[in-house]
Amino acid sequence: MAAADELAFHEFEEATNLLAQTPNEATPRGDQLVPQQHVAVAVDSGGSYGAEDEVEESDKTALLQEEKQQPGFWTFSYYQSFFDVDTSQVLDRIKGSLLPRPGHNFVRHHLRNRPDLYGPFWICATLAFVLAVTGNLTLVLAQRRDPSIHYSPQFHKVTVAGTAIYCYAWLVPLALWGFLQWRKGVRERMGPYTFLETVCVYGYSLFVFLPTVVLWLIPVPWLQWLSGALALALSAAGLVFTLWPVVREDTRLAAVLLLSVVVLLHALLATGCKFYFFQPLPLEPAAPPHQATSQPPTVLLSPPPPRSAAA
Amino acid sequence: MAEAAESPGDPGTATPRPLFAGLSDISISQDIPVEGEITIPMRSRIREFDSSTLNESVRNTIMRDLKAVGKKFMHVLYPRKSNTLLRDWDLWGPLILCVTLALMLQRGSVDSEKDGGPQFAEVFVIVWFGAVTITLNSKLLGGNISFFQSLCVLGYCILPLTVAMLVCRLVLLAEPGPINFMVRLFVVIVMFAWSIVASTAFLADSQPPNRKALAVYPVFLFYFVISWMILTFTPQ
Repeated sequence: MAAADELAFHEFEEATNLLAQTPNEATPRGDQLVPQQHVAVAVDSGGSYGAEDEVEESDKTALLQEEKQQPGFWTFSYYQSFFDVDTSQVLDRIKGSLLPRPGHNFVRHHLRNRPDLYGPFWICATLAFVLAVTGNLTLVLAQRRDPSIHYSPQFHKVTVAGTAIYCYAWLVPLALWGFLQWRKGVRERMGPYTFLETVCVYGYSLFVFLPTVVLWLIPVPWLQWLSGALALALSAAGLVFTLWPVVREDTRLAAVLLLSVVVLLHALLATGCKFYFFQPLPLEPAAPPHQATSQPPTVLLSPPPPRSAAA
Repeated sequence: MAEAAESPGDPGTATPRPLFAGLSDISISQDIPVEGEITIPMRSRIREFDSSTLNESVRNTIMRDLKAVGKKFMHVLYPRKSNTLLRDWDLWGPLILCVTLALMLQRGSVDSEKDGGPQFAEVFVIVWFGAVTITLNSKLLGGNISFFQSLCVLGYCILPLTVAMLVCRLVLLAEPGPINFMVRLFVVIVMFAWSIVASTAFLADSQPPNRKALAVYPVFLFYFVISWMILTFTPQ
């Protein structure tokens, strides 16, 4: 017993001696890890992922990627890695989508290789419910002006709004990602975005429509069109600035075609929502509302009025 | 059996000391052979509890569950930071509340208007799938609350909104007008705030501190949608 105690006591002394001799070495190593990780993901001008400049950085990114790939898709922690964001990060990403700048790539500067599913999912849910609620509120306001209009809660619009927004925000990124993967061979410098990053870009770009939809309550037509155009410009600009570095190396025709299709789909969504949920009711005061709501499916298919949003 | 387990034990201690003389008379360890392993008194008490629920009357069983549900209702109406809702969760209360709310909110079967209020199934689906989605969200964000505990809390905190629905239906019996709408709006807003405060009091502690807002926002959206359905209810 005494011998074991003595041995244990000696080890403790050795450890304290080591720590006393080299007190500054332990902590900087811990500190160096953190800033180097930040540097590794921030230094990406031109998207040099596996940079052979510094072996340490590539080792760390390789470790990070290994850690990310470990849980299988059937485990809960696999999906937990998509919700690994803090409140401040989500707010920062929302701010980044509201104010797009030509040099700033949303994926590189705000997502930083950590796309999340929280933002896209809850922004789409909020937008669907806000669309249905404000659409119903315009009916209330219209009824006050013209009492012959029959008010009803119009609950089925919630289903329509939800389906439309979620299909747009998840199927269009899927198509875009597939197209970019298909054209992968043409690019040398910039790797294509992952599917989650594309979903993130689209999801956060829909945030600007939330205040716009609330502004559409004001029954002044030119204000509605102005705010709609502004929101569409901001949102589409964000998408274009994010996609431009990836598409730039492709043939000019493919690049222009892709960007114009993206902007066109976005414009279709905005005008479709405007026409379906915020119908100008005082124009048809005598007709009962459920006849008016039967025309929206054709409105969505008709071409939108010419917009100067892509400028 | 209980007395045998609780008695000071083996016949070795029930001996000539005058203090325990009376106890050895009371204990029936000599009459009934104590066999099997020696158990802790607590455990045997629980075993006795489990086996005796088979023999009690149905009224006792139902009253016990109803009392548990009622106690939780009280905790929701006067929210304090306590663990009662979390510790003994049950889903009877949420089921009762959801069915009541859906029955009151559904549009009449006579009225086949396409754009009316929600059907019974729509309200049911919104409440339950909304609660499941919020629970999954808070678990994915790293909260340490279990699935059914969270469903229990979210379901019980619909109670203020169900009360608001009852009040709104009563108010709608009076003549329609702006005062009618103002009263209903005020009641729904107050109950909506009450629901949020109650559920946040129970749920907020289970989240990591830098993600509390991310976990609370879906709860806000959930109760907002239910409040909207209550406010726009129009009797046909």
